[in-house]
Amino acid sequence: MRSDQSKLGFYLLLSPLLLWLVTLIILPHMGLFAVSISEKVGVREYETGFGNYAVFFNEPLYWRTFARTAIMSIMTTVLTLLLGFPIAYYIAKLMRGRAKTTLFLMCLIPFWVSELVRTFGWMILLRETGVLSNFLQFIGVIDGPVEFLYNDAAIMVGLVYTSILFMIVPLVTTLDSLDDSLIEAGYDLGGSGFSILREIVIPHAMPGIVSGCIVVFMLSLGNYLTPILLGGKDSLWFTGLIYTQFITRFNWELGSAFGFLLLALSSTIVFLGLKLSRQSLTNTMGR
Amino acid sequence: MIPTVPQSSVLKWSYRAYVTLFFVYLALPLSVVCVFAFNNSLFPSLPWEGFTLAWFFGTEAPFIGVFHERSILRAIGTSAFVAVWVAGLSVAVGTCNAFLFVRHDFRGKGMLYILMLLPLIIPGVILGISILVFASSVANTLEDATGLWFDGLRPGLILVILGQFSFITTFATLVISARLQKFDQSLEEAALNLGATRWGAVRQITLPFLLPAITGAGVVAVLMSFENFNTTLMLVGSDSPLTITMFDKLKHGSTPVLNAVSLLLIILSATLGVLSLIFQRSKNEK
Repeated sequence: MRSDQSKLGFYLLLSPLLLWLVTLIILPHMGLFAVSISEKVGVREYETGFGNYAVFFNEPLYWRTFARTAIMSIMTTVLTLLLGFPIAYYIAKLMRGRAKTTLFLMCLIPFWVSELVRTFGWMILLRETGVLSNFLQFIGVIDGPVEFLYNDAAIMVGLVYTSILFMIVPLVTTLDSLDDSLIEAGYDLGGSGFSILREIVIPHAMPGIVSGCIVVFMLSLGNYLTPILLGGKDSLWFTGLIYTQFITRFNWELGSAFGFLLLALSSTIVFLGLKLSRQSLTNTMGR
Repeated sequence: MIPTVPQSSVLKWSYRAYVTLFFVYLALPLSVVCVFAFNNSLFPSLPWEGFTLAWFFGTEAPFIGVFHERSILRAIGTSAFVAVWVAGLSVAVGTCNAFLFVRHDFRGKGMLYILMLLPLIIPGVILGISILVFASSVANTLEDATGLWFDGLRPGLILVILGQFSFITTFATLVISARLQKFDQSLEEAALNLGATRWGAVRQITLPFLLPAITGAGVVAVLMSFENFNTTLMLVGSDSPLTITMFDKLKHGSTPVLNAVSLLLIILSATLGVLSLIFQRSKNEK
């Protein structure tokens, strides 16, 4: 009787999970793949084949945008790690008590604010009539208004800004758990600052580094707002191409193929990252 | 590199300077957004034309403030509607998931746990289009079979809610599981010994213990739903939530009304964020 009841309870708990995963994650992605390998041959007539993928590889604009998106996302990830690590270290190891909480909170506030608002802020700062251009004219560095928006550097600034918090938070968490006495021991044994960083701090922070890098890479790769708003017409981003195929052109078959390629790319890189750092998804993401 | 180890003062000060610079970089975009909400000009850019509250309360064109701009008010309503549904659904499913993963051992648990984490590493745009494609094919099949219309499966608020729910549930599950793991199960056993039913014990003892995490997860879900863009963009129909409406306006040239909305959003999210931290703090003290 008792075990029957707990069995019933188990299935009652299992069903929402399965319902959610099957109808909103698994079936839609299988459906996406199915659509991506169907080619339109006539009105409401389709054939199975990899023609949509062939279109992608034969059209330089498509695969170049794809490669560009990937490379810029990797650059964003590296930059975010380099910029964020000292900050995370400062918060986790050099601050105590209230100051530490305050600094950490200050890092979190922009993360709570919508991405659109953050990007909008950068537009106000960087545009031709914007704050930076006016400030540089005011101090006499430049003579006339300069457009800082609509180039790759602006995209990078925006992407780093949007995602750096997702790097800092896991880094602070892992660095926080590193015992100070280990660092002291390193110095006692004659280690230099650099060797301690390499031998003690970075290995300890590895789960945080990996989880931060995965999230930042993912967010940059899948970003739509920042490249569209800060990058202008000439700087294409792969999610922009997907949007065009789906919403503007109504070519869902090609759009699905694009979507699947982006998914494959992001999963491959996440998988490689986990393998190379000997971490598992459960450890890094399911904290 | 730690306070107890002496460092040269040049190094120490350049480190501090870097940290200061970083926080300026962090604060700059949000500050300019807030400041330009009060600029008496038609564009959110310099020169500064004087202080005004017209972008909040103005009623006459072109100075129509947030509180009189109908399209923005409607979008805020839509966003709130979506957020309430998403938070409710994802907290409910997240709580079930937490009980399932923390309390039960079963075959395929590890596999299901990884599947549960997947939405974290699927780009939002892909989640959006996959749900769009799937819902449309289901709708087409049903319509061909029955001859009826299935508007709920076409782009619109239901799909937006489902799309956001699909990944916010993962966050809710993680937050609630973390708290459930800390629960001392002997308390529940004591209740059972005292004659409580299984469900009664969970309701009287475990759920109140989980309440801070459940509330925290709900607040996070509302915040994430409010600011979600990528998934929503692909699923939106004629009623658009705030982020989409603002994006459309931004593409067609911005006015300081957007700054005013953004300022309100910043205040709202900062308040909600601090609230969720307070809930988490009360959780740590227990």
